[in-house]
Amino acid sequence: MNSHEYPKIDFTDFQLDLDLSRRDLLKALGGGIVIFFCVGEDSVLQAQRRGLPSDFNAFLRIGANGRVTCFTGKIEHGQGNATALAQMLADEIDTPLESVDMVMGDTSLCPWDGGTWGSTSIRGFGPALRAAGAEARRVLLELAAEQIKVPQERLVAENGVIYDKQQKDRRVTYGALAQGKTIARQAKDKPALKSPSEFKLIGKPFPRRDSVEKVTGKAQYAGDIRLPGMLYARILRPPAHGATLKNVDTSAAEKIEGVTVVREGDLVAVLHANPDQAAAALSQVRAEFNPSPSQLDDQTIFDHLVKNAGNGRTVAQGGNIEEGRKMAAIAVEQTYLDGYKAHSAMETHTALAQVEGNKATVWLATQTPFPAKDQLVKALGFDADNVRVITPFVGGGFGGKGSVNAQAIEAARLSKATGKPVQVCWSREEEFFFDAFRPAAVVTIKSGLTKEGKPAFWDYSVYAAGDRGAPHFYDIPHHRTTSFDGAPHPFATGPWRAPGNNTNCFARESQIDLMAAKARMDPLEFRLKNLKDKRAIRVLEAAAEKFGWKPAPTPSGRGLGVAVGTDVGTWVAEIAEVQVDKRTGRVQVKRVVCAQDMGLAVNPQGAILQMEGCITMGLGYTLTEDVHFRSGMVLDRNFDTYELPHFSAVPKIETVLLDLKDQPTHGGGEPAIIIVGAVVANAIHDATGARLLQLPMTPERVRKAIAAIA
Amino acid sequence: MAETIAFTLNDKPVSVTTDGQRPLLWVLRTDLGLTGPKPGCGQAHCGACTVLVDNKAVRSCVYPVRNANGRQVRTIEGLAKNGELHPLQKAFVEHDALQCGFCTPGMILTAYSLLQENPQPTREEIIQGMDKNLCRCGAHTRIIDAIQSAATAMKGGKA
Repeated sequence: MNSHEYPKIDFTDFQLDLDLSRRDLLKALGGGIVIFFCVGEDSVLQAQRRGLPSDFNAFLRIGANGRVTCFTGKIEHGQGNATALAQMLADEIDTPLESVDMVMGDTSLCPWDGGTWGSTSIRGFGPALRAAGAEARRVLLELAAEQIKVPQERLVAENGVIYDKQQKDRRVTYGALAQGKTIARQAKDKPALKSPSEFKLIGKPFPRRDSVEKVTGKAQYAGDIRLPGMLYARILRPPAHGATLKNVDTSAAEKIEGVTVVREGDLVAVLHANPDQAAAALSQVRAEFNPSPSQLDDQTIFDHLVKNAGNGRTVAQGGNIEEGRKMAAIAVEQTYLDGYKAHSAMETHTALAQVEGNKATVWLATQTPFPAKDQLVKALGFDADNVRVITPFVGGGFGGKGSVNAQAIEAARLSKATGKPVQVCWSREEEFFFDAFRPAAVVTIKSGLTKEGKPAFWDYSVYAAGDRGAPHFYDIPHHRTTSFDGAPHPFATGPWRAPGNNTNCFARESQIDLMAAKARMDPLEFRLKNLKDKRAIRVLEAAAEKFGWKPAPTPSGRGLGVAVGTDVGTWVAEIAEVQVDKRTGRVQVKRVVCAQDMGLAVNPQGAILQMEGCITMGLGYTLTEDVHFRSGMVLDRNFDTYELPHFSAVPKIETVLLDLKDQPTHGGGEPAIIIVGAVVANAIHDATGARLLQLPMTPERVRKAIAAIA
Repeated sequence: MAETIAFTLNDKPVSVTTDGQRPLLWVLRTDLGLTGPKPGCGQAHCGACTVLVDNKAVRSCVYPVRNANGRQVRTIEGLAKNGELHPLQKAFVEHDALQCGFCTPGMILTAYSLLQENPQPTREEIIQGMDKNLCRCGAHTRIIDAIQSAATAMKGGKA
């Protein structure tokens, strides 16, 4: 499959069918007390569900063994939602956390879900789950009143048991209440959720629930599933995007013992009972390709993105730019560049497909099991009822397993062709080639200050990154934000952890620093003075306090930077300290302090893990990661040239998570990464006086920037 | 050419008859059914496939199975003893030193090998010893903490 042919997944508006009827579900679940629920969706989930039957979006089951099972179409790819969702459910239903089981990402068992992206698990699905839990608790109290013959108002639910508060030995367990029953409840009213003062589990730190499986090797990922008679496939790939197959000779591979060759249109694959022997056989396939027509490379891409941008879309505006120009005494104009970035999850795209007759089951490394199922239904021509996607543990996604499920289609087609279960596990080289990269992008900002040092105008144009995080939030009377997305990319692009926001924050917060320097003000003070949003101010102040910030105009020579941003409803501020080797241009980040306001943090420990992970991952796009390419060829195909952050690159990380239990929950998986590029760029400027305008800030670029001001 | 290769795998004798050039990783994962070692890059850049051969970390994706002949091979599945987690495994759990978990088996076995050579490493020595193992989720600081705390729990004794 050419990467340009990836079926488009709309990340804002899904139009899919709900697969399961409640009757089918009850049968599948084998009885117990089952609560269906539909409530509490935030606008993101509502947008996804437009046009869907919507009588339930969450359900849970209480079994005769007292265990509570949460069924969710969300998946766990390391971000910790399996722990936080279990906390939310256990708290509302009043059962121990250990008695909650999570069934995730199985399209035949779980309610429809648009995918695990956009930090929606806790803020979007969580409220529906809590409501279902509260409803389940209500049903259990009703049943208990009947069974132990005590009026409901005298009953207390606690730790999976209901008892009479006047006579505590009159008690019944949840398991006993579910024993021998099949009760399905469709909750209609919005039940009363616990208030923060009643929380027993929500808001308390818990370690991951899947650690033991992961440290013992028991955790199974898609590539670890074994079926009798399965084959491993390796697929013939073009050398460049846009290259087309001229001719192919598979005769030498066909002669190898145990090798099966499949040729089906564009799909040429060799299969073997051992993956390494399939790979060896693929090297015997002779193929010629017509070269790619693409003329672009990683140097010329930026001009291309601007010249072919088409008409812009105004994303935000206020006042009048011309008025602002008249007010301005100092103009600051700058262009910022950002190259393509790979997702580089440690687990490559993997699928195991078993096609039997007109039925298909696919174990898939994916963030979007339901959209993947739709793609399979279309590719195979099977009834939707006969296609099942099962999501085992997923070895990282970061957006890269959201829009690309091509390996599922490949495995399913090959299983259909051979009549055997087939695993497709992309090599690292395939992973780099077929990734839907974070787009290269250009941002130009024209801004100005009054002679008193107040921002007068802000004219912001972003090319190719998208508008997430593009509108500024400073107090600027005359402003305009325009997004241009017209230029085609030489390969697929897609969402990469906080899509667009990393690039937009790098540009905005660099420009704000430039303006602070022109105004001869401390960069933290300049921000605080020109911000209105209380949450923005609060995170900046929290980060400054933790860091021990001492004001000074930049560049101070200390190597300190500050940045602030917002994503998925959450606010983050970071302060970084860097050391720059002026001779080599090498940057070592020594310390990062991050303060985050995400409202109610359901599992503060999990949230902090995400903050640390974001900061560490962010160092890659900031300092080393850049996809080099020429004429449709991706030149970085492994980790020898595409450098992820190593242990030695990781600074001391300190986190401040604001305690806001009475606030709604906002996203936690993405925010802390968005300002890493900006905060390091600002710290490099503070250390050296050189302003880096392109990500990543490689030693060569840092050296050049220092030389330019010398 | 098929040859018979015999070694000790997680304390049990095994033998395979296969092409001796095949990478140990794939013999472990397919022929021997141990999927703890993970394929990450295929070129020894990432460390997800790390296993122990005679208690030393090796990158099994580029290690010919022939070289294991007569040796002791240990995968993550063979680290816990009698259901009791190894101090490194315990420390990774206690420190939440993982997210997606895909790099974890390789991290733990690389750390094991490091502690064999240097039972009481400094933080800097841990960073140097682990520097060629990649983690995309960004669990690095917790992994360093976990290794330090496991070293203390093992009281400088060998694993």
